[in-house]
Amino acid sequence: MTVYAALGAIEQGLVYGIMVIGVYLTFRILDFPDLTVDGSLPLGASISAVAITSGINPYLSLVFALAGGFVAGMITAILNTKFKILHLLASILTMIALYSINIRIMGGPNVALLGSATVFDPVINWGIPGQYAGILIFAIFSVSVTAFIVWFLKTELGLAILATGDNPRMITSLGVNTHAVIILGVGLSNGLVALSGALIAQNQGAADVGMGIGTIIAGLASVIIGETIFGDNSVLRAFIAALLGSVVYRLAIALALGVEFGDFSFNPSDLNLITAVLVIFALIAPGIKKKMVAR
Amino acid sequence: MISLKNCNKYFHKGSVNEVFALNSVNLDIAEGDFISIIGSNGAGKSTLLNSIAGVFMLDSGSIMIGDRDVTSWPEYKRAKFLSRVFQDPLLGTCPSATIEQNIALAKKRGQWRGFSRGVKVKDRPEFQEKLKILGLGLENRLQDKVGLLSGGQRQALTMLMATMIRPEVLLLDEHVAALDPKTARQILTLTEEIVGHQELTTLMITHNMKHAIQFGNRLIMLHQGRVISDVAGEEKKNLTVGDLLQKFYASSEEELVTDAMLLA
Ligand SMILES: Nc1ncnc2c1ncn2[C@@H]1O[C@H](COP(=O)(O)OP(=O)(O)O)[C@@H](O)[C@H]1O
Ligand SMILES: [Mg+2]
Repeated sequence: MTVYAALGAIEQGLVYGIMVIGVYLTFRILDFPDLTVDGSLPLGASISAVAITSGINPYLSLVFALAGGFVAGMITAILNTKFKILHLLASILTMIALYSINIRIMGGPNVALLGSATVFDPVINWGIPGQYAGILIFAIFSVSVTAFIVWFLKTELGLAILATGDNPRMITSLGVNTHAVIILGVGLSNGLVALSGALIAQNQGAADVGMGIGTIIAGLASVIIGETIFGDNSVLRAFIAALLGSVVYRLAIALALGVEFGDFSFNPSDLNLITAVLVIFALIAPGIKKKMVAR
Repeated sequence: MISLKNCNKYFHKGSVNEVFALNSVNLDIAEGDFISIIGSNGAGKSTLLNSIAGVFMLDSGSIMIGDRDVTSWPEYKRAKFLSRVFQDPLLGTCPSATIEQNIALAKKRGQWRGFSRGVKVKDRPEFQEKLKILGLGLENRLQDKVGLLSGGQRQALTMLMATMIRPEVLLLDEHVAALDPKTARQILTLTEEIVGHQELTTLMITHNMKHAIQFGNRLIMLHQGRVISDVAGEEKKNLTVGDLLQKFYASSEEELVTDAMLLA
């Protein structure tokens, strides 16, 4: 792997890490497997790209993206809690609906951002070269998001969220409306995923309706890698592990894409297959299996 | 304090599995009553407590707690003035949270939860003081995860949490049934202390007739969703296990007789 490829992988790992933190929040903390993310990542990208092309400040566009993702997550959670639709199915319904919505937002399957303003402009204007600007900005965002979530989960409300995932009967008997907590938590998760999507779009210079495919699987792979390598015995540790897991995952993918067996080598389009196989192995591997089943 | 009027509850209504779990239950509970509840398996004891707690809604009837008609209130809203301890020690606490986080969660029972710190430094001395009363050394383990504790320790902690802020009503559903006899006795003693000290209106289900006789000022026997016996005061004090068995068989036989009459 070249240094250039490694830097690219770290950059990707950090920006997708924001998505992974969202996935950790639903999948692990709330015990709510949520596939909405495959739709809310491109939703964030679409909203941000359309906002920027209509002259809105790129940083402000992130706020819109986050809000859009939040609403998408809330819809999934409302379908589940208020209308009793199984969480997986509820999230698939939202995800599918978002496909159409994203095309509506963009007025087509994609929007190019070439030459438009982006969140990287200030850093590039300071004279920091392009390939480091991404890493710097994404590091700032992903570390801030991690710090925010860890702080949030230590507040009174945050503890109620932890307890809702851990023991809903107990926290209900302590006066917490678990439906409201789930709606808030899944909303927040998808807000972060959409934020991640918006930053990705600005980095790659386009939003595309297909860019969300496989988000949940990449998220899960990163979560599992993070837990396995870095542990999860406190909230702080678990979220740092999720972020680092994302970086390790992207590095592993970059390595895999660089491997050649004679004439054979992987295409970027093989990424979802590689990831799926990785997650399957992780699920089957005894130690991790015990952990997953026990939850 | 608590008033149940004509409470009926079915499960699987209209299907072949239909269960008439509460059959026209009328009950008036005075402030400060400590009621022990007995009855055979499936008599409707848990259903009675769950109805009061709001775990599900009645099919008909009404429930007043204090001067509030809570009949249609969801469980989380009733929690403001009502606390519970379950039979299963795993149900009362959060295993992946620490002891102090669990207590902090309980300290906010029924109150708005905002963005201030979940576990406040200034609260720790109070937590430690209360934990000391349990006599389990937990006051030195505030940061330990509750998942590490034994069933008895968790149940003691749940008792503490349920009464961290004084509830108007305390509901105990066979809360010592899953514990070994010695631990059960300790938790019962603790229960009596806390209930006496805070002067709580308490409903305690037990399958142990001796406990039912020993604890509380009033005893209720349920059978097939109905209150078949309700004794208080002097009569309750002088009850024996033999009396209870007699009451139980008397009412069951009565039923057999009525059934026989219906069939005849
Ligand atoms: N959630 C439920 N769904 C269906 N049936 C239930 C439910 N809860 C209790 N029952 C039934 O109602 C009856 C009374 O149960 P319960 O109140 O738990 O009895 P116990 O006196 O042993 O606590 C039993 O026949 C039980 O099977
Ligand atoms: Mg029961």
